[in-house]
Amino acid sequence: MAIEVNGKTFEVDEEGYLANINDWEPGVAEVMAKEDELELTDEHWDIIKFLREYYEEYQIAPAVRVLTKAVAKKLGKDKGNSKYLYGLFPYGPGKQACRYAGLPKPTGCV
Amino acid sequence: MSDLYTINKSPFEKNSLDSALKFSKAGTAVLLYEDAVYAAVKGTAVEEQIKAAMGDKKVYALGPDLAARGIAEDRVIDGVELVDYTGFVDLVEANDKVQAWV
Amino acid sequence: MSEVKKFMYLNRRAPYGTIYAWESLEVVLIGAAFDQQVSLMFVDDGVYQLVKGSKPADIEMKNFTPTYRTLGDYGVRHMFVDKASLEARGLTQDDLIEVEWEDWETEEEVDNIVEVIDADKVVELLDESDVVFSF
Repeated sequence: MAIEVNGKTFEVDEEGYLANINDWEPGVAEVMAKEDELELTDEHWDIIKFLREYYEEYQIAPAVRVLTKAVAKKLGKDKGNSKYLYGLFPYGPGKQACRYAGLPKPTGCV
Repeated sequence: MSDLYTINKSPFEKNSLDSALKFSKAGTAVLLYEDAVYAAVKGTAVEEQIKAAMGDKKVYALGPDLAARGIAEDRVIDGVELVDYTGFVDLVEANDKVQAWV
Repeated sequence: MSEVKKFMYLNRRAPYGTIYAWESLEVVLIGAAFDQQVSLMFVDDGVYQLVKGSKPADIEMKNFTPTYRTLGDYGVRHMFVDKASLEARGLTQDDLIEVEWEDWETEEEVDNIVEVIDADKVVELLDESDVVFSF
């Protein structure tokens, strides 16, 4: 499977996660969001950027509750809570935001 | 006849290193790779064994396996020669046969 | 609420030569969702799992050593390392990664939950665990 972004082809797995995290560019998130009929705002980008940095440091996609706690620590408690994050990413901040960020599906996420 | 002995198991978990060294003759080339590269590090319980082996044998260790495990080159026992994958192939070519001590 | 059990993950294998270390780490990451008291024990070649500076790109493996550093966020409170196993391998605590831990409610912080302990303490900790998972 693959998606088209700005004329380039990106390989994805059967659940739509990018096959190679290093291939990622912001356009990937935009195309994926468009398919979900979601408009990406600065608030979305903050979380996507956060996930990219988290992966860079720890080499995994965080479980959703770890993501929530880590966001609270880094970006403040008004953003590090389930209500806020699910408001941004209705399909689940773990799964959906990680997918947009080019990360694999979080470990332990079924 | 020149032999290349390859060892890929940690010396602390299996006795592959012991056996390979015990059953090798002078002039044998010994290549440590995968978890066996831990045997090439200074200050371990098997350092003396490696040094003794170098009395009449040549010991090599695979660089990429050392790097993978966070072992800097300056921690490798003096006299152990580091090789890359090409060096591995060269050793196989340069010897009459390869004996793997798995 | 059910009783909190003490879980101990006993790690005895080196990280990149076999799959055991990564499998253990994945089980810890998944198991963290269950709110139990989780500790990790590293003995024998298991101590190599915490050695910092790993660069496995050239052997085409995922670099999962940095992942241990997030275990504090996954509710792991203690990571114990057997002193004799370290010494036999020419290693000291300085060679090991550090793992931070923080209680998100009380904001209690511990800079490093990696602790080097004697064999007697290993025995004691294994004995007082309710469940020991061996890798």
